[in-house]
Amino acid sequence: MIQGSNMAEAHPVGFQWVVDAKQRGAKVIHVDPRFTRTSALADRYVPIRAGSDIAFLGGIVNHILSRGLDFREYVLAYTNAATIITKDFRDTEDLDGLFSGWDPVAGVYDPASWQYEGHQEDSPSVAEVAAHKEVAGGLRHESHGAPVGRHTQRDETLQDPRCVYQILKRHYSRYTPEMVQEVCGVPPDVFAEVCRAWTENSGRERTTCLVYSVGWTQHSVGVQYIRTGAIIQLLLGNMGRPGGGILALRGHASIQGSTDIPTLFNLLPGYLPMPHHAQHPTLDKWVEGTIHQAQKGFWGSARAYCVSLLKAYWGEKATPDNDFCFGYLPRLTGDHGTYQQTLDMIDGKICGYFLLGQNPAVGSAHGRAQRLGMANLDWLVVRDLYEIESATFWKNGPEIETGEIVTEECRTEVFLLPAAAHVEKEGSFTQTQRMLQWREKALDPPGDCRSELWFFYHLGRLIRQKLAGSTQQRDRPILDLAWEYPTHGPHDEPSAEAVLMEINGYTLPDRQPLSGFSELKDDGSTVCGCWIYSGVFKDGVNQAARRKPGTDQDWVASEWAWAWPMNRRILYNRASADPDGKPWSERKKYVWWDPERNEWTGFDVPDFEKTKPPSYRPPDGATGPAALAGDDPFVMQGDGKGWLYVPSGLIDGPLPTHYEPVESPIRNPLYKQQFNPTRRYYDRPDNPLNPVGSTVFPYVFTTSRLTEHHTAGGMSRTLAYLSELQPAMFIEVSPELAALRGLRPLDWAHVVTTRAVVEARVLVTDRLRPLRVENHAVHQVWLPYHWGYAGLVTGDAANDLLGIALDPNVLIQESKVGTCDVQPGRRPTGRALLAYLADYRRRAGLSEGNQRG
Amino acid sequence: MDNAASPAAASGYADPPRRMGFFTDTSVCIGCKACEVACKEWNGVPDDGFNLLGMSYDNTGGLSANSWRAVAFIEQPAPPKAPDGGAGDLRWLMMSNVCKHCTHAACLDVCPTGALFRTEFSTVVVQEDICNGCGYCIPACPYGVIDQREGDGRAWKCTMCYDRIGDGLTPACAKACPTQSIQYGPLDELRGRAEQRQAKLHEAGETSARLYGNDPGDGVGGDGAFFLLLDEPEVYGLPPDPVVTTRDLPKMWRTAGLAALTMAAAVVAAFVGRSR
Repeated sequence: MIQGSNMAEAHPVGFQWVVDAKQRGAKVIHVDPRFTRTSALADRYVPIRAGSDIAFLGGIVNHILSRGLDFREYVLAYTNAATIITKDFRDTEDLDGLFSGWDPVAGVYDPASWQYEGHQEDSPSVAEVAAHKEVAGGLRHESHGAPVGRHTQRDETLQDPRCVYQILKRHYSRYTPEMVQEVCGVPPDVFAEVCRAWTENSGRERTTCLVYSVGWTQHSVGVQYIRTGAIIQLLLGNMGRPGGGILALRGHASIQGSTDIPTLFNLLPGYLPMPHHAQHPTLDKWVEGTIHQAQKGFWGSARAYCVSLLKAYWGEKATPDNDFCFGYLPRLTGDHGTYQQTLDMIDGKICGYFLLGQNPAVGSAHGRAQRLGMANLDWLVVRDLYEIESATFWKNGPEIETGEIVTEECRTEVFLLPAAAHVEKEGSFTQTQRMLQWREKALDPPGDCRSELWFFYHLGRLIRQKLAGSTQQRDRPILDLAWEYPTHGPHDEPSAEAVLMEINGYTLPDRQPLSGFSELKDDGSTVCGCWIYSGVFKDGVNQAARRKPGTDQDWVASEWAWAWPMNRRILYNRASADPDGKPWSERKKYVWWDPERNEWTGFDVPDFEKTKPPSYRPPDGATGPAALAGDDPFVMQGDGKGWLYVPSGLIDGPLPTHYEPVESPIRNPLYKQQFNPTRRYYDRPDNPLNPVGSTVFPYVFTTSRLTEHHTAGGMSRTLAYLSELQPAMFIEVSPELAALRGLRPLDWAHVVTTRAVVEARVLVTDRLRPLRVENHAVHQVWLPYHWGYAGLVTGDAANDLLGIALDPNVLIQESKVGTCDVQPGRRPTGRALLAYLADYRRRAGLSEGNQRG
Repeated sequence: MDNAASPAAASGYADPPRRMGFFTDTSVCIGCKACEVACKEWNGVPDDGFNLLGMSYDNTGGLSANSWRAVAFIEQPAPPKAPDGGAGDLRWLMMSNVCKHCTHAACLDVCPTGALFRTEFSTVVVQEDICNGCGYCIPACPYGVIDQREGDGRAWKCTMCYDRIGDGLTPACAKACPTQSIQYGPLDELRGRAEQRQAKLHEAGETSARLYGNDPGDGVGGDGAFFLLLDEPEVYGLPPDPVVTTRDLPKMWRTAGLAALTMAAAVVAAFVGRSR
């Protein structure tokens, strides 16, 4: 089941396994607004209106629950279906699109009524939730659930109207095939086929895998899209089992790695939260803030992870007496996300900016805001392989033509530093399956090109040199850093393996490598740069560099590279066995309890304490791993269960609910509440939104990638062999829309939103088709976002069309759907372009101070 | 060795290695064009200009001197569905085209310099340092594969990476193909594999699956690079019934020779007659 993903085009190498599975009899379904190269290889393609996926998936949940098609034994034992919720909880069905606890002033919910019965007192206050939203606190739950206590009230018959199962059933009861047709434009017979395929291919004997990518993530309700997928996979018993699960396809190279060891403002390695200035004044408060005192599971050992990280940062200087230098960590004071920063640059609040492997002038939403922001800095450092648009906006960006940026007056000093490519440096990549694969350097980088590791190591070294002897307290965090790494070669390249060793962790003082995170201590006697990666240098061997071919080992291929945590290839794999520890079926056996040897065994590393029998029941008062029962497979959750219903940790509600995108051609057919009420929107004159149902912006657009190009084009539009394969910016339109707007193949057309106009060559194709939604035709168009004004092939940047509206949980932008107008011919240029846009805004009823119509 | 199975043996190689070939299974092609890029990278083929062609996602426009692999994209209404449902009402065919390395290769037959030659692997290769740019090979190819490079004049085409396979390496395109749509190996093995694949597709209701260029009895004696297609060859821009263009040459020469002899005899007879 592939939805929200163009896997064949954006992940062609990974797609080989889908082709493999298909050849062995798997049925592949692709749900997407557009027929893509993925659809071409699928057994069934289902066109859907962009931004309506929760309605579609909610319809499947309804199909499962109304017919009792869930994998009942699994659901009862391994999910929170039986858990009782407080009597105060009110659903969106009761409140027309809002859950109980909505605080219109704060713009967030008071989640007290969402909690498990008896847990109300654990609920955060409205002020805490608001702070959580500011800093996208939900991101930390990528490795573990939100904190809840282990004791819950349950109804094993699933009949109590307040149990999760019944709440879920009521919540989705209106998501009928007819409603799916009305909201998504998917006919009932096609919808029924998907429901049948998914449910018939799940259960004891069979499993279904769900694949999504940024087609789900990048929405103002993106997290809840994924949650809906998770609900289906839990109901059908597809989690923790071979051939099942949810594959979140991560982007180029090491995007997974860059959340594990994050390049995010609000996380530290291993999904430890960046401390908040008010909530985490001390180490104790920081650790307490991340765990529940009475929780089950391995997250209960968070203190050891935190202290070992501080030891990695500050070495000998980090001692129990000074809270292991906890005070040196930077503090969050609010939203420091990339879009807030962009707006702060425009407002003159930010002076300097480092750009590494990123090209926001082309690749980020609202390109004009990105460029205007970067044009208002003191300095900008761009490290890239080529002179990308983000390094040249001051001389050839679109705003030069409109007069909004004047080269001679642009104050930003740009430092363009050449970077080494991935074959020119050593290190690890972490891919979609959480697998670290070590890469050796194939050749030296040319000229002054250097690795990121070299750059940051020597930048740190030089800054420390400059600060040496300082008596200022503010300089201590830098001067006290443990910044010793062995270097080699003529350019003093730091050893990447030494860094990996630090990430893996070692004991003090004898520096013996750790074999896993269970060895971490909270007394300062271990160092570990990223607890979830602990074990990657087990026995002093770089496990990520293992290259034993799949043909020389069993089908799980555990000796190829290394996957976190603990080299597990499937997370929560205890769920691949029944509550008694026996495989659900011979066909799907994976990890099971061996009663003779009294231990868990199987093809993978069991995601469970090796010798804890299925019959184990925790004593009263137990916490952490000891509190996990022998049949609690979800070992990172406070209650050991898979969450159909999320009682805590999400900003926008415990259950996914269909909301329209912030720009939509229609009113929400399900609820009075049009949008995600908690969406993050920066309400300012330079960030206008197209009004709902505007006849001025009648069409839906979505943007994505082509196989032939790499994201913002810095690594592909600079190469002739790739540029020739897709040489020009184009727009895909249906024959119907082409006729309606007079668009002819290969002629020019331009696309208009309240933010921008971009022009593109026309590709008329049956792969796009109007959908019947609410009894009128919704036309959808598609644009690739690869082009910009630098490189061998240039063109307008599709991301300029987007405004900035974000998911409230993780601050990802809604860039997969918006509304627009499409007109034949080229766009106006120069000042006329601004007048053209102003006219559109006027016609749409938008004026200064009225950005949202 | 059987000469029919080994054009190399027929060309005079004593005890040549097995005939090597490509099997391009279009039913698993995802149109990523990695084959095109890998080919150009390895063989140093220049880019072919930055032209948006509007032929679906094909901006290469077929095989040429500067494109030795070229992926065709065909958007069409889907054929009637198999009983268990199909992908919908639309089909997007993709096929990576390449030189066929014919058993009876007309390009090679007509080459006056010997630049085109049959390798020990039974493939057909142009030697760039010998080609004099006469261009005879171009109209000779029944598939329209071989082509003259502008500003260079010489003829260029796929070599099946002659400089790799001799070292036991896989040709660049097949190596880069992520879905094994392009398979490289001993031709007889590939033919067996292709038949199995075709049978499997037929079993699955994909009755339009057919092999192209696999038959040693066809007009070129079978291709060293053959295909599994999902529609008529013409849909992909392939000739339905290719014939080696030099097939009739011997007969034509015999006829011409006979005519010349007859004429000579007549002339002689005329003189003989007159002298009487």
